[in-house]
Amino acid sequence: MTLRVTRRQFFKLGAAGMATSSMAMMGFAPEPAVASIRHFKLTGAKITRSNCTYCSVGCGVLLYSRGDAAINNVDDIYHVEGDPDHPVSRGSLCPKGAGLLDYIQSDSRLRYPQVREAGSDEWKRIDWDEALERIARHMKDDRDANFVADDDDGNTVNHWISTGMLAASASTNETAYLTHKVVRSLGMVAFDNQARV
Amino acid sequence: MRGDQINLQNVIARSATQVPSPQERSGGVDRVTKLIDVSRCIGCKACQVACAEWNDLRDEVGECVGEYDNPLDLTPDTWQVMRFDEYEDEQGNLEWLIRKDNCMHCAEPGCLEACPAPGAIVQYANGIVDFNSEHCIGCGYCVSGCPFDVPRISKKDHKAYKCTLCSDRVFHGLEPACVKSCPTGSIMFGTREDMFDLAETRTNFLKSRGFDNAGVYNPEGVDGTHVIYVLQHADRPGLYSHLPEDPRISPLVDAWKGVTKPLASMAIGLAALTGFFHYVTAGPKEYGEEDEAAVREDEAREREREERP
Repeated sequence: MTLRVTRRQFFKLGAAGMATSSMAMMGFAPEPAVASIRHFKLTGAKITRSNCTYCSVGCGVLLYSRGDAAINNVDDIYHVEGDPDHPVSRGSLCPKGAGLLDYIQSDSRLRYPQVREAGSDEWKRIDWDEALERIARHMKDDRDANFVADDDDGNTVNHWISTGMLAASASTNETAYLTHKVVRSLGMVAFDNQARV
Repeated sequence: MRGDQINLQNVIARSATQVPSPQERSGGVDRVTKLIDVSRCIGCKACQVACAEWNDLRDEVGECVGEYDNPLDLTPDTWQVMRFDEYEDEQGNLEWLIRKDNCMHCAEPGCLEACPAPGAIVQYANGIVDFNSEHCIGCGYCVSGCPFDVPRISKKDHKAYKCTLCSDRVFHGLEPACVKSCPTGSIMFGTREDMFDLAETRTNFLKSRGFDNAGVYNPEGVDGTHVIYVLQHADRPGLYSHLPEDPRISPLVDAWKGVTKPLASMAIGLAALTGFFHYVTAGPKEYGEEDEAAVREDEAREREREERP
C-alpha cells in the first residue's frame, strides 16, 4: 500500500518532524539517564580449583560453573580463568589456558574410551574395564614377545623398546615419580608426555 | 589495586548530552590505568583469548596470510589485536616490536565527542570510556572521531563495539581479563598513580639497558589515556604499527560539535521563534481562491485514483 500525501499534508508532516527532532536535539528527549554496565557474569558461580593439563607447567585454573547441583539440574562450566593462589602461574595463563572453556565445550572432545580394531576404520565405544583389560593384555603380550634382557655382547640391558608410553603432562612431583617407576620398571624406553605432541 | 573507591563508576561524561552529569560523588574516585609494557611482551596472545572468552566473543576463524597478526585488524568481535612489527636498529639488530592494540580510553574521548546518540558513549569517573550499545544508532561517527581507529561497526546489528576495559570486572574489583591472563606481566592494572610509578621504573630499567629513548606513551593531545604504553623507542611511536605520534580529535569533529551544532541549534530556535511571532502579529496564512481550487482539484483527483480498481 502506498501512502498518498497531499501537498498540505506533506508540509504539516515536515513541520512536525522538524519540531520533534529540534526538541530532541535541545535535550527534551525522554530517555533513561543510567549507564548500564554489563551484568557481572560470575555472580552466583560455583568455583572449582583445577589444573590446566595442556603442558607440563600445569597452571592453576578456576572453573566457574552454573547450577547448585540439585537433582534435576546438570551443572555446566561456563568460564575459566587463572587461579591467583597457584604457586606456578599466580593467576596468569597462556593462550591455550585462557581458551580452556572452548576445549571443555568442544564437540570433538574425547569423553569415553574408544577402540579402532585392526583393519577397521570405525571407532567403537567400550567401557573402562574393557579398555584397561585390553591395554594390559596388549602390553603383556608385546612385552613377553619383545623384551630384551641381554644385548648381543652379553650385557644386561633389560629393555622393552617395542612399546612407548605417553603420560600426562601436568603432574605433581609424586605423580611423575610414580609414573616413572611404573614405566621404567617394565623396561620401557620410549617415554614422553603429551605437552610435546 | 588500591582504595575501595577505584571501582565507582559514576558517569562523568555522556555523548550528545548538554546537561552535565552529577558531579558531587566523583570526589575520591581514583582513576584506573592499564599499563602495557611493550618491552616485556612475547606476543603469545593470551590477552586476546582471555578477552574473547570473558566478553563472549568468538570471531570467525581467519586465514593465514603469512603474518603473525591474527586477525589482521580489530573487528566487532575482536576488541584487541597484537600487531607485530620487525624493526632493525642502528646496529643492525632485529627488534620484534609487538603492540597490543585496543581502546586507549582517552581522558578526552573523540568517540564520545563525535557521538550524536545521547548516552551511547559514557565516561566513568574512574576513566573508563564505555559504549552503551542499547543507545547506539550505528552512525559510525565514533569511528571517524577516534584518533586511534578503534571502534568497529557490527554488520549483524549495526552497532559500534570496542574494548570496555572490562568495566564489568573493574566494577566488581577485578582487573580486566587481558591483564589477568598475561604470563609475562607485560600488562598491569591499577590506579593511575601506581601505573605511572611502575612505568617510570620500567623506563629507567630500559634506559640502563641501552634504550636511551625509552619512555611512556600517554599522548597529551587527548589529555592522556587510561591505557598507557612503555615503549623502547618513545621518540618514534610510529614504529609500533603506526601508533600516532600526536593523536588529536579531528578538527572536523571539534568544529561540528564545538561551533556548528550550537549555531545550528540557535538558528533553528530562532526560526521557530520568528515563525511564532509572525503568526502572532500577522496571523495564519490566507489562501487565495485559486489555491483552494487547486487543492480541491488535487483531492478530487486523489479520490478518483483510489476508487479506481
